[in-house]
Amino acid sequence: MAKIGVFVCQCGNNISRTVDTADVAKDASEQSGVVFVEDYKFMCSAPGQEAFKKAIRDHDLDGCIVSACSPKMHEATFRNAAEAAGLNPFKVEIANIREQCSWVHNDKEIGTAKSKDLTHMMIQRVKYNRPLERYRMSMTKRALILGGGIAGIQAALDLANAGTPVTIVEKEPSLGGNMARLSETFPTLDCSQCILTPKMVEVQNHPLITIRAFAELEKLDGYIGNFKATIRQKAKSVIDKDCTGCGDCWEKCPFTVESEFDMNLIKRKVIYIPFPQAVPTVPVIDRANCPKFIKDKCGICADVCGPDCIDFTQEDEILEEEFGAVIVATGFELMPNVYKEYGGSSMPQHLIPKKMNKKQRAAQPRSTSGRLPDVINGLEFERLASASGPTGGEIRRPSDGKKPKTVVFIACVGSRDANKGVEYCSKICCMYTAKHTMLYNHSVHDGKAYVFYMDIRAGGKGYEEFINRAQDEGAEYIRGRVSALRKKGDKILVKGADTLQGCAVDIEADMVVLATAMVPQADAIDFAKTLGISYDKHGFYSEQHPKLMPVDSSTGGIYLAGACQGVKDVPETVAQASAAASKVMQLFSKEELMREPEVAIVDKDHCMNCWDCVTVCPYLAISPEEVKDRDGNVVKMVANVNPGLCQGCGLCNTVCRSKSIELQGYTDQQVYAQITAFEGAFV
Amino acid sequence: MSKGIIRHDFEPKIMGFVCKWCTYSGADLAGTSRMDYSPHVRMVRLPCSGRIDPQFVIKAFEQGADGVIISGCHPGDCHYNEGNYYARRRNLAFRNLMEFNGIDTKRLEFSWISAAEAIKFTQIIDKFTNQVRELGPNEGYRVLLDPYASRLVKSSEESAA
Repeated sequence: MAKIGVFVCQCGNNISRTVDTADVAKDASEQSGVVFVEDYKFMCSAPGQEAFKKAIRDHDLDGCIVSACSPKMHEATFRNAAEAAGLNPFKVEIANIREQCSWVHNDKEIGTAKSKDLTHMMIQRVKYNRPLERYRMSMTKRALILGGGIAGIQAALDLANAGTPVTIVEKEPSLGGNMARLSETFPTLDCSQCILTPKMVEVQNHPLITIRAFAELEKLDGYIGNFKATIRQKAKSVIDKDCTGCGDCWEKCPFTVESEFDMNLIKRKVIYIPFPQAVPTVPVIDRANCPKFIKDKCGICADVCGPDCIDFTQEDEILEEEFGAVIVATGFELMPNVYKEYGGSSMPQHLIPKKMNKKQRAAQPRSTSGRLPDVINGLEFERLASASGPTGGEIRRPSDGKKPKTVVFIACVGSRDANKGVEYCSKICCMYTAKHTMLYNHSVHDGKAYVFYMDIRAGGKGYEEFINRAQDEGAEYIRGRVSALRKKGDKILVKGADTLQGCAVDIEADMVVLATAMVPQADAIDFAKTLGISYDKHGFYSEQHPKLMPVDSSTGGIYLAGACQGVKDVPETVAQASAAASKVMQLFSKEELMREPEVAIVDKDHCMNCWDCVTVCPYLAISPEEVKDRDGNVVKMVANVNPGLCQGCGLCNTVCRSKSIELQGYTDQQVYAQITAFEGAFV
Repeated sequence: MSKGIIRHDFEPKIMGFVCKWCTYSGADLAGTSRMDYSPHVRMVRLPCSGRIDPQFVIKAFEQGADGVIISGCHPGDCHYNEGNYYARRRNLAFRNLMEFNGIDTKRLEFSWISAAEAIKFTQIIDKFTNQVRELGPNEGYRVLLDPYASRLVKSSEESAA
C-alpha cells in the first residue's frame, strides 16, 4: 500500500484566493493511499520545505504530491528536498494549481474542483513512479574544433588558455578561413592580416593545440562528453615533421593553377601554401593538377627539397580520436553570381547554392570567367585591395589590369529576394560595401564610386558613423536597384534606377562589384547530417534557442560559432566563438557528467526486434544488441538504449508494438493512471 | 471577477495531452499573464507531442471525456527535432479511425501552440470548449468501445420490456 503525502500550497493568497486549499487537502486525504496531507502558506519557503522533509521522515512516505505552482518553478526544489529527507527525488510530482488553475479561473468553486481533479490525477500517477537514479558518466576533456577560421582560432585559444587540450580540423592547407582573405576590416580599417596572423601563430605555438590542416571530419559517433571522431588527414605528399617551410619547392615548381585563396584571380603553384603567412607553413601538392601524379613526370620539388620531405607515395590517413565536446565553426561562402543580367552564368537550377554538391560547385563558371570579367564579388575585391593580393594592393580590374576610374557597387545581390536568391539580409554587405568605397577612394584618388542600395542597415558600434564617413569621402549612394549590366566597349553599362529622384540612371563603369549574399558552405547540410545537428532551410545550423541558447546546437555537447550558424561580422563571430568556448569550459569544469534519468529503457524479455524504435529515434540512441545464452551463442537481438544519447522524447515508447520500451518518468502506466483519475468535474 | 462565469446545462469534460516545451509552457504563460479561459480542460504533461499514443485518447474518451485536445510545438520547432511530425501523422490516421467508428472528429482538437502563444492557447481552449459544449455529452462512446457494456445495456432494456 502506497504511503502518499499531499502538500497543498496557498502561495500567500495567490492560490488560496480562488482555490479553497483546505478543501483540496481534505479531499486528497480521502483518496486511497494518501496518509498525510498538509495545507501551508508557502511550501517553497524554508519552513515549508522543513515541514515537507519532516513529513517524509515521520510518515515514511513513498510518494509526494505538491499542489502548487508550475513544475518549471519548483519541481527541482521539492525533488532536492525529498532527496535530503531520504526519498527518491523522482517520487515527487507537482500538481500545477497556480499557473493553470488559480491564476486563470476566478470562480472559487470551479477553481477548487479543478485543483482537486489535478491533485487526484497526480496521486494516481505517483503510485507508478519508479525510484530513478541519475546517470553518472565519465568524459574526455578534450575539445574538437571544426574549422580554422577566426571563429575556430578564437575558440581554440580561449579553451587552450583555460587548460583544455584542443584539436582544430581545417580542410584547407592553412588556418585563416575567409578572414585571411580580407584586406582591411570595418569600422576601424585595420588590416585583417595584421590582427589575424598573430593569432594564427599563437595557435601554432600553443602546447595544448593540435592543428590538423588539410583534414576533414569523416564521422562523429558518441554523445556529450564522449565523442569519437574519425578524421581523414588528406595526403599532403609532404612529411609534416621534417618540413621547414623554406619554400624552395614552390619556388621551383614549374606548374601553376588558379589560386582558390585569391579567388582565382591569379595563379599559384601546384605545390603550394595558400598565402605567405599560412599556418602551418607546410606546403601540399595539389594532386589533381600535378604532372607527377597525372603522368609521372617532373618531380622537381623532391629534387630541390633540402630536408628531403617530399613523399609522393603518401596516402590519406584515417585518425580516430576521442573528444568531450565539439565546436562547429565551418563558416560561410559567398553566393556565386548566378544572375544572367549581372553577367553571371545563367543556370536557374543553381539559384539556391545549397543544393549543389562539391563537384557541381567546382564546375560552376566563376564571374571572372563569365561574360563580363570585370564584374566581381566582394571577396574578389578584397583580394584586389589587399596588400598581399594579386595586385599588391593596387586596385586594377581583372580583364586588362587598368585602374578603374568608375566603380559601381551593387548591394543586396541575392539577399532579401526570396524569388531570385535568399530571403534573409546578409547583414555585412552594407558595411563592407562602404569599406570598399573607401579602400577604392584611398587607392584611386581620381576615381568615383557609386553604390546602388535598397536600405542601409548599419546597426553596430561605430557602424552608422562609418557609412557617413564613406559618403563624406566621396562615395555616391543611389537608392535603387540595377536591372542589367551590359558590355559597352571596354566598359560596363550599368542600367539602374534612382528611386528617390524617380528616374533611370545609366552609369558607364570600369568595374562592378556585387555584394552577393552570404550563404552556408556548399556541403553544410551533408556536414550537419554527419554531426547529427539540425539546420534551417538555408543550411545554417540551428541553435538550441534563438535567444537564450544561441551557441548550443540541437545536440548536447556540440556548440556553434561563427557564420555557420547565421550571417555575422567578425566581432560577432569572435563573441560567439568565445561563448562557445566558455560553454565547453562549463561542461569540462565538472568531474563527471550527470544525466537526468528520464530516458528510455528496454524490457529485453519482451523486445521482439522489429526496430521501429531504431527507425524513429531522432538521436540514433537505440541500436541492436545481442542477447547470448550461457555458452555465448546469440539467442536473439534486442534494442538497446544508450542513456548518454537518449534525450527522453518518448517517440520509441509510442511506436513500440510490444510496449517493451519505456520512457522512464513518463511510462504508459503513469499516463494511464493519470487519465483514469480524470473526473472533469466542473464544480 | 473579470469574466462572469455563466453556468450551462452541460459542461464538457476535456482532457489535454500537451508537450512540456511548448504548449505546457504556453499555458503557464497564460497563467502568469492572468488570462481567463474555460476551466474544463485537465492537462497531462508529456515530454513531446510525439509521445502521445492514440490509446491515451481512446482511454480518455473511455474515461468520460467529451473532448480531447492534443497540442505541441509548431512544425520545425520541436525540441526533439521531429516528434511533432509523428504526432501530426498519427493525428491524421487516428481521425480516420474515429470517423470510421462514427465518433465526431470535432471532439478531437489538434493544434500547434508555442511557449509564447498564451493568447492562442486561451483562444483554442475557449473555442474548443464551446464546440464540444454544442456537440453535447459523448454518450454511447463507452458502449461503442466495450461490447460487454453494450450487451448489458441491451439486456437491461430487454428485462425492462
